[in-house]
Amino acid sequence: MVSSDRGKAIVATVLALGASSVVSGCKDPVQTRYEPSDAAKSRGLVAIEKTGCGSCHEIPGVEWPRGRLGPSLAGFDDVGLIAGKLPNRPGLLAAFIRNAPAIKPGSTMPPMPVTDAEAQDVASYLYGLDSD
Amino acid sequence: MIEAVWGWPPPVLDPAGPYSAQVTTLSWALFALGVFVTGVVVVALWVAIKGPPNWKANLGGERAIWIGGVAFPGVVLTALLIWGLTLTASLTEPIRGDEMRIRVTGEMWWFRVEYLDPDGAVMMVDANEIHIPVDTPVVLELESADVIHSFWVPHLSGKKDMIPGRRTLLRIEADRAGEFGGVCAEYCGGQHALMGFIAVVHEPAAWQSWLADRMDTLANAAEPVAQESQRYPGDADLYPTEAEYLERYDARRGYDLFMETGCAACHRIAGSEANGLAGPDLTHIASRRSLGAGILPNHRGTLIGWIGDSQSIKPGNRMPSYDRLSAEDLGHIAAFLELQK
Ligand code: HEC
Ligand code: HEC
Ligand SMILES: [Cu+2]
Repeated sequence: MVSSDRGKAIVATVLALGASSVVSGCKDPVQTRYEPSDAAKSRGLVAIEKTGCGSCHEIPGVEWPRGRLGPSLAGFDDVGLIAGKLPNRPGLLAAFIRNAPAIKPGSTMPPMPVTDAEAQDVASYLYGLDSD
Repeated sequence: MIEAVWGWPPPVLDPAGPYSAQVTTLSWALFALGVFVTGVVVVALWVAIKGPPNWKANLGGERAIWIGGVAFPGVVLTALLIWGLTLTASLTEPIRGDEMRIRVTGEMWWFRVEYLDPDGAVMMVDANEIHIPVDTPVVLELESADVIHSFWVPHLSGKKDMIPGRRTLLRIEADRAGEFGGVCAEYCGGQHALMGFIAVVHEPAAWQSWLADRMDTLANAAEPVAQESQRYPGDADLYPTEAEYLERYDARRGYDLFMETGCAACHRIAGSEANGLAGPDLTHIASRRSLGAGILPNHRGTLIGWIGDSQSIKPGNRMPSYDRLSAEDLGHIAAFLELQK
């Protein structure tokens, strides 16, 4: 399993190297391309594991659980619209994580028991999952 | 469970009761002796390879064998045996019979918990959580519904097998309040590693009020959808738009879905028509600390996640994933279960 993951990672890296020259030119520079701090990212991972986001999402870095009720959160900084609706900005993402139905009416992700600060750390972690 | 079971110091070295304290003391003595003997062997090895010739001669002589090979282990092991048996004598003391009793049944892959009254009748059913008062010996009647499991709360006791067709007894006692993780300690199939529970030890006053609350719930259980509001009182900071949420998800609708979609065939909720026995009793599900046998925190999100897709979370467990229900319906069911304190 490890070796096949590694194999995939190598393929992905090769593809990314090939593609980066093309893609990097057109990345949105300011808001979505921000660099979260390592401390915030690791606090975010702790909050994700404590809250059990994995019971509905596959999240890179979370071995278990890998629920499939919600979308996979891999490569989140490249997602265009949060839940297909909201511009992908840190503030909005944090607000969505905390209380999805309030930010996106009708969202089927329930409000999550995380504090405001935790939600921001979780957003940092998700943006930190840089795939390129 | 992860926090409760792991953490530092490791639970096996952090006794929270008299029985586990004895086991811990004995383990430390064995560790120390092991280190000492290893040291002696290493030194002897060094002497045998590189030591001065007269040392080598002594080491290879008959006297060394009588002392190091017969007398030393004979004396040390006999002393250790006597000391060990005396130290842990209370672990095997006969059960008096007037202790509080809880029956715990291992099932693939969760724990059924039944509190017994002094006559041995079941007075309350729960799952994956064991509540006991501090400083009180409690006797556990351990049983199994399928294969061999083993009951282990490292903070509180040694392990005891749960054997199909037989009842084993284990006495536990805690000398401080707290929450202590427990696990199944005997491989029992695919999800053995995700079969845990939490032992909750209460101070005497808290114990009384916990018990009174539970009895109260049972006494008023006829109407499982009562007191609609106030699901997460005091958590306004964590659930800022609770009122809107309550408006959207309807516990009454959840109750109907629970009865219609088959949940009731496997789960029991005291006072309602739901009387299934294949899965954990859900009468007090909202007050449990964990979901899925000690593996997930218990809140609305994990509850919906578990019901909708328990097979991704705990593959092969005996509850089907309800991915054919809409998110709305899962929300209604969760709203209903959140009321089952
Ligand atoms: C009950 C299951 C459930 C849980 C638990 C859950 N989510 Fe979600 N999540 C969903 C669903 C369903 C969606 C899709 C929502 C929509 O489209 O409105 C979603 C969407 C998302 C999205 C947007 C995904 C995208 O591709 O745009 C993010 C980010 C997210 N969730 C993060 C989290 C975090 C962080 C947690 C833990 C604090 C969490 N979720 C817990 C069900 C869940
Ligand atoms: C075929 C029997 C079956 C059906 C039908 C079923 N369940 Fe379950 N359920 C189980 C079993 C078995 C478990 C324990 C799984 C484990 O932990 O290994 C369980 C666990 C649960 C738990 C977690 C309990 C705890 O204390 O951890 C909840 C909540 C739950 N079920 C709700 C539901 C709901 C709601 C439905 C209907 C939509 C449902 N179940 C339908 C068998 C069933
Ligand atoms: Cu097991």
